[in-house]
Amino acid sequence: MRKKTWGAALLAVGVVAGLGACSTGGGDSAEEGQSLTMLIGSSGDAETQAVQAAADAWSEESGNTVEVVAASDLTQQLSQGFAGDDAPDLFYMSWDQFATYASNNYLEPYAEQLPNAGDFYPALQDTFTYNGTFTCAPKDFSTLGLIINTDMWAAAGLTDADIPTDWDSLEAAATKLTTATTVGLSFGLEYARIGVFMNQAGGQLVDGDTVTADSPENLAGLQYVQKLHDAGVLKWPSEISAGWGGEALGAGKAAMVIEGPWIKGIQGDFPDTKYAAYELPEGPGGKSTFTFTNCWGIPAGSETRDAAVNLVEFLTSDDQQLAFGDAFGVLPSTESAAATYAEQHPENASFVAGNDYAVSPVNFAGSATVISDFNAQLESLAGGDAKAILESLQTNLQAALDEANAN
Amino acid sequence: MGKTSVGKGIRGSEGRYGWTFIAPAILIIGVFLVVPIFLALYVSFSNWNGLGSPIGNSSLVGGDNYAKVLVDSGLAQRDFGTSIRNNFYYVLLVVPLQTALALFLAVQVNRRVLRGRGFFRTAFYFPSVTSSVAITTIFIFLFTASGAVNTLLGWLGINGPNWFADPSGIIHNLLKGVGVTSAPPLFNEGGPLGLTWWDWVSGPSVAMCVLIILAVFTTSGTFMLLFLAALQNIGAEIDEAAEMDGAGPMRKFFSVTLPMLKPTLFTVLTLGLIGTWQVFDQIYLTGKGAPGKTLLTPAFLAYDTSFKGLNWGEGAAISFILFLIIVALTLLQRYILRDRDTGRGAIRRAQKADRELHEEAARAAR
Repeated sequence: MRKKTWGAALLAVGVVAGLGACSTGGGDSAEEGQSLTMLIGSSGDAETQAVQAAADAWSEESGNTVEVVAASDLTQQLSQGFAGDDAPDLFYMSWDQFATYASNNYLEPYAEQLPNAGDFYPALQDTFTYNGTFTCAPKDFSTLGLIINTDMWAAAGLTDADIPTDWDSLEAAATKLTTATTVGLSFGLEYARIGVFMNQAGGQLVDGDTVTADSPENLAGLQYVQKLHDAGVLKWPSEISAGWGGEALGAGKAAMVIEGPWIKGIQGDFPDTKYAAYELPEGPGGKSTFTFTNCWGIPAGSETRDAAVNLVEFLTSDDQQLAFGDAFGVLPSTESAAATYAEQHPENASFVAGNDYAVSPVNFAGSATVISDFNAQLESLAGGDAKAILESLQTNLQAALDEANAN
Repeated sequence: MGKTSVGKGIRGSEGRYGWTFIAPAILIIGVFLVVPIFLALYVSFSNWNGLGSPIGNSSLVGGDNYAKVLVDSGLAQRDFGTSIRNNFYYVLLVVPLQTALALFLAVQVNRRVLRGRGFFRTAFYFPSVTSSVAITTIFIFLFTASGAVNTLLGWLGINGPNWFADPSGIIHNLLKGVGVTSAPPLFNEGGPLGLTWWDWVSGPSVAMCVLIILAVFTTSGTFMLLFLAALQNIGAEIDEAAEMDGAGPMRKFFSVTLPMLKPTLFTVLTLGLIGTWQVFDQIYLTGKGAPGKTLLTPAFLAYDTSFKGLNWGEGAAISFILFLIIVALTLLQRYILRDRDTGRGAIRRAQKADRELHEEAARAAR
């Protein structure tokens, strides 16, 4: 009897101890062959497998081992890793979180020491520069383009000569393509799409230390979008029961959408939809598009820093980037590789061409909250007061910028 | 046994055994509950940025984090105000509706004459045991612009709204119906937490109404079960006695059954209040606060501030304010539902009733 009770107590204590052991797990890095963990925000199996293959190739060469983990929620898992002193040795760092991470000293600034540091697109280097230091190496990039459903284009009697090159021809094409069941143009109601119209009108959000969100140019951009929506030739994906622009295009609910090279992903769900990508039309202030990018982040003070930097050098080499481009359609971040890619993949050449004049969406530490507030306010853009939306953005963004500069 | 020292007696070492047996529980609760709560409280007063353990990697900043969401005007304060407003309307509608529906269902399935009671009990309880993620996903499909609900409304000749994409508040929409489209002068000024009074009276957005329906649908089954258990504890003789006294069904329900359900009612209201103030998974799935931040709730805001903005102190502060709100409301509700048959007030009332009875008897005797 007595033995039994002590046994039960011992078992209970053992369970607790076992739970505790779970959290620590894993041994310290071995002396020579280091084992690295790589956390990626994967777009699908193709990407995970391509990254794993590349990591395996590097492992062969270097004698280290790499475990590739596809995150289900990258930001959350990263936060968890950093808080637990257990951050992955290498991870995808998105452009919109970069400044926040860099300002909190999460990131190891290694990019300037890379032998190929000078090969990256200058715009991409700017995105990942914090306080004058080029911090992490751009992994790849995507720009926005105008994606046209070619069957609908032909059915509406439009030809190559009608491909929109400016705002007027975009409006004309959208009007012609709008039918009872299809809307001419569709894109998400968010800064990452509508912002290009503000830039095309000649506007920008930040000029040095001042925020210029409520400029007449930005207003003109918003008003053009309002005009298209009022005319019924532009609808947000949510208005036509689509989750995003690509779905609207694939399902034939929209004839034109503004999306990036990831549009390739709709082939799985909508294999019959034929489309072509073009550069975005020019606005009164010239050409403009957004470039979105990720970098290879390494945690500050990482024990495996040197091995991780070596791996980044391997992953950002032209050959490896072209292999990634073939596997899952991302555009290489170095100018030479991107040029080769554009030749090999003419269907995506317009996205590469766009990067010559593309700008990165605004990203400084703390700007993400303001942008998400701006996105929320944009919900009332249709039939709403564009000027008031920009004024509120101006106030909030200036406050955030002042705070970022004060730190 | 006989060799143990005098005075210790037969129960001498029971205390030691007691501690041994509850040690695992104390350890588990301590490690997973008590320590994290105090650590979170510390974080809410610190400038921890999420790098390494909070202890040793942060310093105390006083009430800065609380001031940022409560006092300092800015985006952080307005976001918090918006989330409180959204959640307030959510609680205001969900708690009474789910309690009333649960009680109604419990009374129905408790009736002896109902055929197929077992089937109905299972059917009503089913949403409660289904994962809220699955139900939310189904609701998202049902309520798209051209979804099943709008098709159904279309047959009735009603042009349904674009539910999950409609940020307009329903009180604002009602006011629009009577010609008030923008804030009257008095309401255009600043109310608490950085929102104008006009923003405060917006009512739940159309999107929030869907979540309200969802919450009532999923939780009333659970509470129905609680009410059902309580109803079955009320003996048939009490029902009979009430009938003998000439009480009709309505009178019987409100004057006999309902008062006897009071402890259960308290439980249901408290659980409902706590659950609704902490709504998170539905928000996470339906677009993280979209449309127009009208689905933002304090629980989600705390998560977003911490994990996305890396302002862990601010996020923890929001959580503790939410905790205080829940405690305050629970105490208030306990006060309202307090037992009126005990305490000083009850004695006074009893004496008064007694006096009146005597006076009446005296009058009748004359």
